[in-house]
Amino acid sequence: MSAGRTGEVVVSLRDVRKSFGDVEVLRGVSFDVRRGEVVCVIGPSGSGKSTLIRCVNGLAKVNGGSITVMGREVNDPRLDVLALRRSVGMVFQQYNLFPHRTALQNVMMAQVTVLKRPKAEAERVARALIAKVKLEGKEDAYPGELSGGQQQRVAIARSLAMNPEVMLFDEVTAALDPETVKEVLNTIRQLAADGMTCILVTHEMGFAREVADHIYFTDRGVIVEHGPPASFFAEASDPRTREFLGQIL
Amino acid sequence: MDWLADAARSLNEATGITLTYLYDGYDGGRFLEGIVNTVLLSLACLSASLVIGVVGAFARGAKSAAVRWLVGGYTELFRNTPPLVQMYFLFFGVGALLPTVQNRWGFEEPMLGAWAWAIISLSFFAGAFNVEIFRSGIEAVPRATVEAAESLGYTRLQIYLHVVLPLAFRVCLPALNNNLVNLVKTTTLAYAIAVPELLYMSNQIWSDSLNVPEMMVTLLLLYVGLVGVLVWAMHRWEQAMRIPGFGRSAA
Repeated sequence: MSAGRTGEVVVSLRDVRKSFGDVEVLRGVSFDVRRGEVVCVIGPSGSGKSTLIRCVNGLAKVNGGSITVMGREVNDPRLDVLALRRSVGMVFQQYNLFPHRTALQNVMMAQVTVLKRPKAEAERVARALIAKVKLEGKEDAYPGELSGGQQQRVAIARSLAMNPEVMLFDEVTAALDPETVKEVLNTIRQLAADGMTCILVTHEMGFAREVADHIYFTDRGVIVEHGPPASFFAEASDPRTREFLGQIL
Repeated sequence: MDWLADAARSLNEATGITLTYLYDGYDGGRFLEGIVNTVLLSLACLSASLVIGVVGAFARGAKSAAVRWLVGGYTELFRNTPPLVQMYFLFFGVGALLPTVQNRWGFEEPMLGAWAWAIISLSFFAGAFNVEIFRSGIEAVPRATVEAAESLGYTRLQIYLHVVLPLAFRVCLPALNNNLVNLVKTTTLAYAIAVPELLYMSNQIWSDSLNVPEMMVTLLLLYVGLVGVLVWAMHRWEQAMRIPGFGRSAA
């Protein structure tokens, strides 16, 4: 770990292992994410990046090691997985909005159903968040009537409405047109500036360099190298990192 | 409606076509009772079979293997046997095993009458198909959409009610439509256990008034009309549930 990373640890991974059948996708991954930090996980396809963050909110079960979120052990069979998921926001590559509900309803639904917020309050929160992601006027549009970038911003607002402690972003710009990538990155940039703890799996190297406090490079299920962006991009020494950066930059 | 009765009477005098239910008060009353009972029977079975379908499809995804096995056994049993055999089995078989109750004249009678057994057997019959129809709709809901709901902290039941079912409904409406149309037509089987529905009452009329061909044509046209109303209602429902950018309208 580099010096200068202080603050409460929100997410902690220790020697996390995960297999699908005979294939070991994560082979002992460890790192900490502190409050307010933005951590980017980069690496070639199939290196286990998405699996890694899917383990953090229990969508994928780990086979070994330990993941804690706000001190809660994700691997514990007695864990209240619903409580864990309320404190961890997740945004997906394919947005995964509820297609039968409008943008406003998408942001309201879980507040009412899961958090039991009164409808009026949920709507107030939803309208404020839709404004925050710059989608005023689109409240009554159905997901099918929105562009990919707009849908993704609704998805971010939907997660934020739950007041998560940490947000997970799983290649959230990978399915977008180049023009709309910017809209979504602006939203995430603003979140980071507001002090939201974020873990991003991304291929946007420029964005990672700009917004991340710390970058992890994964390959074949292990963290090969990590560091703050300035030193990571300039001084990465492992041949696998250099090869990856050489291909992508 | 006097003009209708007069017209039917003149038609009878001129051609011998006998539509007694239009001018004979007694036949008219029986005929109307038959229609009302068929509609009531249909509505009762439609709602009960939908509930069976929704609950059964949810139970098919249950954690407990016993529950899954039970629902699977039920659908196999009621899908793979003729509805008339089911009705006889329940009415004469199971019905006879149930304890009897005293009616208001002091006679012992079965706990459940023909009406109850008709509703139960027809709902079980159509419900078994509805379970499979809903299951097909549920399987069409993308896993990713369910994961999004899971990530928001929804419980399994909440996901089913708020996300999976509304989407599955839209996918399986055409198949559901078919099955419900079939159900309305199958209510005529209740004739076999003397439920006074439309076919049963029509039989009484043609036995008394000796107008078999007329009643057959009448029955055929009436069922076209009854099923037509259902199809129209389902179509309206389908349109009301259409979402911009989802399913058919996405094209």
